[in-house]
Amino acid sequence: MIKKPSKKLIVFTIMAAALILVSIFADRLCPYDPYAQDLSLSYNAPSAEHLMGTDTYGRDMFSRVIIGARASILSTLALVAIITIFGTAVGVICGYCGGKIDSVVMRISDFFLAFPGLVFALAVAALLGGGIVNAVIALAVISWPKYSRVARSQTLSVKALSFIQAARLAGDSPIQIITRHILPNIMGPILVTSMLDIGTMMMELAGLSFLGLGAQPPVAEWGSMMSNGRSMLQTYPWVVLSPGFAIFVSVVIFNLLGDTVRDYFDPK
Amino acid sequence: MEEMITVKNVSKNFINRGSADTLAVKDISFTLERGETLGIVGESGSGKSTVARLITGLISPTSGEIRICDNDIQKQRCEDPLGLYSNIQMVFQNPVESFNPRKTLGYGIDESLRNRGISPSAAATIVAQLLEKVGLTPDFATKYPHQVSGGQCQRAAIARALAVEPKILICDEATSALDVTVQKQIIELLDELRRKRDLSIIFICHNLALVQSFCDRVIVLYDGEIVEQGKPDDIINNPQAEYTKLLVDSIL
Repeated sequence: MIKKPSKKLIVFTIMAAALILVSIFADRLCPYDPYAQDLSLSYNAPSAEHLMGTDTYGRDMFSRVIIGARASILSTLALVAIITIFGTAVGVICGYCGGKIDSVVMRISDFFLAFPGLVFALAVAALLGGGIVNAVIALAVISWPKYSRVARSQTLSVKALSFIQAARLAGDSPIQIITRHILPNIMGPILVTSMLDIGTMMMELAGLSFLGLGAQPPVAEWGSMMSNGRSMLQTYPWVVLSPGFAIFVSVVIFNLLGDTVRDYFDPK
Repeated sequence: MEEMITVKNVSKNFINRGSADTLAVKDISFTLERGETLGIVGESGSGKSTVARLITGLISPTSGEIRICDNDIQKQRCEDPLGLYSNIQMVFQNPVESFNPRKTLGYGIDESLRNRGISPSAAATIVAQLLEKVGLTPDFATKYPHQVSGGQCQRAAIARALAVEPKILICDEATSALDVTVQKQIIELLDELRRKRDLSIIFICHNLALVQSFCDRVIVLYDGEIVEQGKPDDIINNPQAEYTKLLVDSIL
């Protein structure tokens, strides 16, 4: 069942891995201290010395974009991992058990799906207070139902196949049936959903931060950096454009990776 | 005679949301004696597969009692499933679908052994022996279901069913998805196994001619009810029920 990965898949995987490595080793890659203020340097235009210029407080934008990758990329990945695991677990249990549990939990997930996601996340984030962890919690609360839907429908179709009955006749317990037989057969579509979701989640997390409900100053995060600089867009555009560019590049890379992963799992 | 399976006044009612319930099996009673091969025939939707799933404990009856080797199936299924499935095993209609597509055939065959605490190396030896018994080579253990033919896959499914040395084997349309020559080989294999192993078999099928040559006794199901039972020759030569007459006419 192992297919040869396409060139595109290899390229995008390397690019995504590079982004993740940058965010892990961000503090060693910064040419300047991203938090060191020097008002004499404020609003310097991009130059050889400061590749992306400096902001209001004279902080090096390039260093701040690199250190911001940590908050943006790592928390996005953590968020996607949380909702994938939680949503899949809920979906598989509902699909496998059926009955009342299924009806009740699926109505709850309908409730979350019927609500405009970001509005609900805003409410949750406002309730919990600002902060990157709270923003992740807020987005996790509204995003898991998508995964439980996918996992549930996949579980229902796999459950109907006779190898599940054969496993019961072999004496497998329900947990063994789920881990040995159902999960390996439904991981493909779930993995594809989560890969495609990385870009979206990164945008939503940046969106919450932009609105002031995510990362709090002075923590460097791309969304809040854009928000801080937005009044300077016409005068000192690099303050807004550098984090914007970073968001753009990462979202594009993760979306293209998601697309190629989907193609990889597609049997056609 | 020792009764391997006793089915007493069993009904199964499937509850459908928003429409009338389906009474798939209506108050049926029959027994399977030790060493006997019992055929169950009937058209699609007559309740054959429901009977198979009831007597393997995959679904619970709405009313009535089923005993496997003198144990109540409902009780034993909860308290001692490994004991129940050491007595009774099943071969399914679609052989390829009856194996996990992401695991090897060997994984499917030795699953019941691993669940009984047999070490992987001992299980591998048993799997190799089983594969040879059903006419395959031991290297089939490392193949995936989609890499082998339907007939080979069904042989592997029979090996899986025999791994725990059950006393009863349920064949739910086990030959229906195979072409005629392969069908014959599988029947010959089952015939050999029942002679060597003291197996009692329930052979569910819609092909009356096949049942005639293979079974000691036949039950005719129609719309969830037993409309006729007896020796295959008697039923074919002198059918009593309307439906059996139709069935016999359609093969001759």
